[in-house]
Parts: sequence; structure tokens; C-alpha cells
Amino acid sequence: MVLKVFFPSCCSSAESGILIGRWISEQNSAVVLAVLHFPFIPVQVKQYLSEVQRVTKVSISVLGSWSNSKQEKEESLSEFLEDLGTIFSHEPWIQISKEGDSKFWSCSILQKHSSSPKEEEIILVYYDQRKVMLSHLHPPLDTAASNDHEAKDASKLSAIFDTVAKSTVLFMTDRYDDGPIKLTHWQSDGVEASIIVELLKQASVPACMLLTFLLSLISGICRSRVLKFWPLSFLWSKLSTCEQLGHRLQHLQVISSNKKAQNQAQLMRKANIFVSLIIDVALGILLMSWLYRKNRIGHLAEAVIPVADHVAEELQDLLQWLMGAPAGLKMNRALDQVLGRFFLYHIHLWISYIHLMSPFIEMILWYVGLSACLGLTVALCILSDVIALLTFHIYCFYVYGARLYCLKIYGLSSLWRLFRGKKWNVLRQRVDSCSYDLDQLFIGTLLFTILLFLLPTTALYYLVFTLLRLLVVIVQGLIHLLVDLIDSLPLYSIILRLCRSYRLAAGVKFRVLEQQDGKPLRLLMQINPLSYGSVIQTYRLPTYSCYPKDSWTSLCKKLFLGELIYPWKHKEKQD
Amino acid sequence: AMEERRFRSASGAPIALRRRQHSACCRELSVRCPRLRLRSLSAVSSAVWLAAYGLFALSENSMVLSAAIFITLIGLIIYLHFVKIDQESLLVIGSLGIQVTSSYASGKESTTFIEMGQVKDVVINEAIHMQKVIYYLCILLWDPGDPQGVSEVVPLFQSSKPRLDCLIEVYKSCQEILEQRKTTPQAS
Repeated sequence: MVLKVFFPSCCSSAESGILIGRWISEQNSAVVLAVLHFPFIPVQVKQYLSEVQRVTKVSISVLGSWSNSKQEKEESLSEFLEDLGTIFSHEPWIQISKEGDSKFWSCSILQKHSSSPKEEEIILVYYDQRKVMLSHLHPPLDTAASNDHEAKDASKLSAIFDTVAKSTVLFMTDRYDDGPIKLTHWQSDGVEASIIVELLKQASVPACMLLTFLLSLISGICRSRVLKFWPLSFLWSKLSTCEQLGHRLQHLQVISSNKKAQNQAQLMRKANIFVSLIIDVALGILLMSWLYRKNRIGHLAEAVIPVADHVAEELQDLLQWLMGAPAGLKMNRALDQVLGRFFLYHIHLWISYIHLMSPFIEMILWYVGLSACLGLTVALCILSDVIALLTFHIYCFYVYGARLYCLKIYGLSSLWRLFRGKKWNVLRQRVDSCSYDLDQLFIGTLLFTILLFLLPTTALYYLVFTLLRLLVVIVQGLIHLLVDLIDSLPLYSIILRLCRSYRLAAGVKFRVLEQQDGKPLRLLMQINPLSYGSVIQTYRLPTYSCYPKDSWTSLCKKLFLGELIYPWKHKEKQD
Repeated sequence: AMEERRFRSASGAPIALRRRQHSACCRELSVRCPRLRLRSLSAVSSAVWLAAYGLFALSENSMVLSAAIFITLIGLIIYLHFVKIDQESLLVIGSLGIQVTSSYASGKESTTFIEMGQVKDVVINEAIHMQKVIYYLCILLWDPGDPQGVSEVVPLFQSSKPRLDCLIEVYKSCQEILEQRKTTPQAS
């Protein structure tokens, strides 16, 4: 059986002493956490270890002896070390010794109660204690969803990571403490801390309380009855800006709660939300300063009216073209004129409305532009809403065209059934044969012919306005995609992966170091960081929008039948 | 102890298998793929630049030439860093696990470590690749729910595609170490 000893690389130059760590018998491996130096009193050592065990819930014990001799190996020392094995009874007793500056250590095992005295091969694995302590091992994504009892025997490495991570209290004593116990580990040269981090931690408590108070005020105002009247609530639900603001408010509530994060996932989530908010507000303020610098917002406001006029004129030209002979197709003159004049009148109304609003546009835009300081996502949502408002007439035309076309299609299909002598049975939800009277058949066939020959005209209007509406929907969709990206990107995790890649571990990798015959196999264990794709997938922030559930075929079917399409539905709010 | 032998890949290119025994329970097997040929590199870049020069002659826009140079450089960097694999190696450590490493031409190394507890067996499998039937070596992983089933198949040496003779050598070396875990059963 192969015995594996995980040795921290910081203890390679430690003075002689005994090894403290955890013995994992199922894997036949020993994880060394620290080296305890002479002189010590065994009773005090045992007391200290039981206290540490009580606090950390990790079964820490004395594993063996470590001797680092600068001169030749002394015989008396080796006997002394073997005698130690009788005081701290541990099966098996590991003895590691290093001579001078040699890289190759000799390692031997003493087994008192072993049944078969065969030679065990020993593997010495060096690990970086600080990195393993701070790192978080991520299980592979497909097994993360399986139940807990399978996760226990899934990864043996997670036992090693857990052992080091939970023994932080062992690393608190450094060599400058006056006590009976003298340890060497990664922090034995003195506990390090950063003043800025400590100050921030102290300042965060009152800041969180202030933020919670402000947020409760704001959410109280939002929930007041004044804003719940019917026209206003309908308006709030249609504007995407309000959704985005509510989403950000929720994020702020998550950050400002004074409960400490329970586990790694919650801590990363809080950190991601915090960094995302800060970057969002910073980009928003940058955008605002750019907009207001050379009075660009004034120029923008002045450009709105001519652009709206231009769009309306283009639409009028389009309708004139449809009323003529579009693309060489011959339309039904009377229906063409009716539909064309109807839509032209709407455009005329729209232009008058825009001209009515023109003196106020600049002021409204100036104040609305100030709200970009709440974040870039809010500014993008406002842009999307402004586009929706400016193209409202296209939306109306689409609805009219679609309804007309839809009615025509239903009428045609029903009269086609009459033509063939069948009927739709509403009760049985199927097509049944039916005997009609002669006058019913006559009128039905007449109406069917009329509708059929009027179909190209209606279909053309429907096609043109659907294409325009789809164009607007695509533009709005792209803006929403960008907002979603900014909302859900876990920036803190990505920066962590970039700068401190050992914190997010997908696994480990081993490197074989120089070998010498007769000495144990030497391996270096390094942390294999998570790939960027897995980082984004694991730590994505949930957002409120859901992507269109319709597949392409059902979308085409809806378009063909003239049903109205709503591509961007927001998720239902779950309280 | 290290030895190197030459073999051929599935498409006929020469590859080299290097075997190193670090200790009784640790073996490293690495397959070196054929290097990037200067011939193909110069052929591709001359083709791109001829096409760019033709476009320049048509459109009289010098941006085409600088764009062609830019595209060639970026394409070469992406090819060396993400596509061209120089060496694929397998490190088998008895009772710890199996480590699979691919080193790219730009020096990047991508490593995966599979614990011994997850490894069911290492086998040679047949597969239909394009118009040929080739052999490949793969690691079978245990299925936690079904002791007879296999949850995942991890194919090895996908870029160098050695032929059967090379695969048999690798297979024998792996099996010698995997057998050790059967003779010394672990306490569960």
C-alpha cells in the first residue's frame, strides 16, 4: 500500500521537531499542518491539540517526527525520535529527516501493530499551505446537482482542502508568542493583516445600517397607495426602466443586509453584486459627464424633432408607394385607398402630437439625462423606452395590420370549410361535415371569393408593418441584451480569477520533481484554476428577463396566422 | 529511466513516444506531435497576401494590405495558442490518480487530473473518424449510481492520434500500475 504524505513547502527549512496534522486512514494519507519544535512537554502538547480539535472539529494529532540536521545524523537523536513514537502513540509513525541542504529527504515508517511487515512505498507531496487554505474547490458542474451523499466519496482531494481550510486557528500562533508551544507553519513569521481592510470592515457596519434605513424609506414610498392607481401602475409595468430600478433596489438590499454570508457562494454573490453596482454607477457618471460636457444633450434634444419628422415622412412615402403599384403588384384600388388614407391620417396625428411636445422636449431630456448617474443600465433602459415611445405609431400600425390580417385569415379558413361542406365543431374541437342550405352556401361562397381576392392587399400591408415592427423589436432587444449582460456578469469573480487564480480551483495538478533512487517519490501539488467559462457559469447573477420561449417554427406560425407577437416578456415577480 | 521510440500517427505523420519511470508506482508517457512546418506556414501567408494584393489592385485602398498583415499575425497567434498541440502526456501515479496534459505550441499547458477513485479502467476503443476507423485510448470513469455502468469516457491523445502499436505500449504501461491497486485493496 502506498502512503502519501502532504508536506507544506513552508516547513522545508524548519528546525527539528514533531509533525502535527491529520491522518486520513481511508486514503492512507497524512496531511502535515505544522511542525512543533523542541523543547516541549508532551502533556501540554496533548492538551493543546485536544483544544484545537474541539474548536476546529478536525481530528488533529501528532503524526511523526521531523529532523533537520546540519551535520551528520547522530545516533542518539534517531533513538530519541523513535522513543517519541511511544509517547505519542500514532499508527503509523512517520519519520522524515533532511540532511544539510539536500533536496532528497529520507522517510521511514514505524508500524508496531502491523500484521504484514511489507515495505510500503512513500510518496511525498509538497503543497503551498497558504494557497490551499484560501482556495475553494469547485466540483465539476454536472455533479454539483447530484445529491450530497454521493459528493462525500466523490473527491478525496476535497478532504485535504477542507483539513487545511478549517485549521486556521492552528495558524494563529506565530513564533513570537511566548508560550509552551512553538509551531512552524505559513504564518509563523507573524500574522499579516492590512490596515485598509480592517478600517473598511469597521466602517462597513454603520454604512450598512444607514443604507438599510434609506432603502426602507424608498421602498416605503414605492409601495404607497398613490402610485398604485390604474393608469400609473400600467405605465410602470410597461416601462423597462422601472423594472431595472426595482432590480437594482433588490441588489442594494442584498448587500446592505447585516447578516454575514454563510458560505462561499453567498459571499461571492454579494461581492459580485457590489462590484457590478460600482462599475455600473461609474460608467453611468462617465456617460453623464460626456453628455453634459459640450451641451451634447442640447444638441440631442434639438435633433429629436427633425428625426421624428424624417421618420414620419419616410412612412408617408412608403404608404404612397403602397397605394400605387408596389413592386409591380396590382392591388385592389378601393381597399388600397381606404387603408392608405387611414394610416396617413394616423401619421398626421402623430406629427401634430410631436410638434405640440417640441418646446418641452429639451427640458425633459435634460432632466431625464441626469438619471444616468444611477447607472449605465438605467441609461440604456431609458434609451430603449424612448425608442419605444418614438416608434409608437409603428406599433399601432402593426397591431391594426395584424388584426385585419388575422380576421381575414380566420374568415377565409372558416368559409373554406363551408365551401367543402364542413364545419368546426366547438364542442368536440374538430372538423365535422355539415349540410348547409343553398342560400347559406351561396352567400358563403360569395364572401369567400371576395375575401380571397382582397387577400394580397391586406397581406402586403401586414408584411410591411410587421417588418418595421420586427426592426424596432430587434433594436430594443439588442439594448436589453446589453443591459442583461451588464447585470449578470460576475465581475468580481473574473477579476479574482485573473489576479488570484488560486482562490477558484477546478482541481489540482502534480509535477514530478527530481528523483533519487532509494528516496521517496517527490511531487509538487499545484492548484489548477477554474476556466473563465466555468467561472461565469457558476457565478452568474440571476436577472429578471427571460428569453423568448417560442421556437422559430412557432414564431413563423404566429406570423403567418397574424397573431400578435410579444417577444420580450419579463419574468413574473416572485415575492 | 527514460526511453523514446518512433511511431506513426493515424494520418501517417511521424510521432515520438517517450516513456519515463519515476518510481515503482509513477510513470509518465508523452507523445510528441509533428511540429509546425515552415512550408505550410509560408504557403498560407503567401496565399493571404496574394489575395490582399489582388484586392488592393482592384480597390486602390491601402487599408486592405495592412488589414491582411494584421489578420495574418492575429491568426498565427490564435493558431499557436489555441489550436496547435505540441505534446500530449499522461502521468499515472498509483493510488493518487491520472493526469492528462496537453502543451500547445505557444507554451500554454492545459491539465486535467482524475482521481484514482474515479477511474474504472483504461481501454483501447475503436471509433469512426471521417472515412477511417481508428483506435484510441480512453479512461472509463465509475458511475456512482450503477456499479456496472460507466458515467464518462475520457479520450486521450486526441490531437496526435497514435496508431495501434503505440497505443498498445501505453496501454501495457498503464495497466501495470492499475493492477497494483487491485492487489492492495484500499480500506473503504
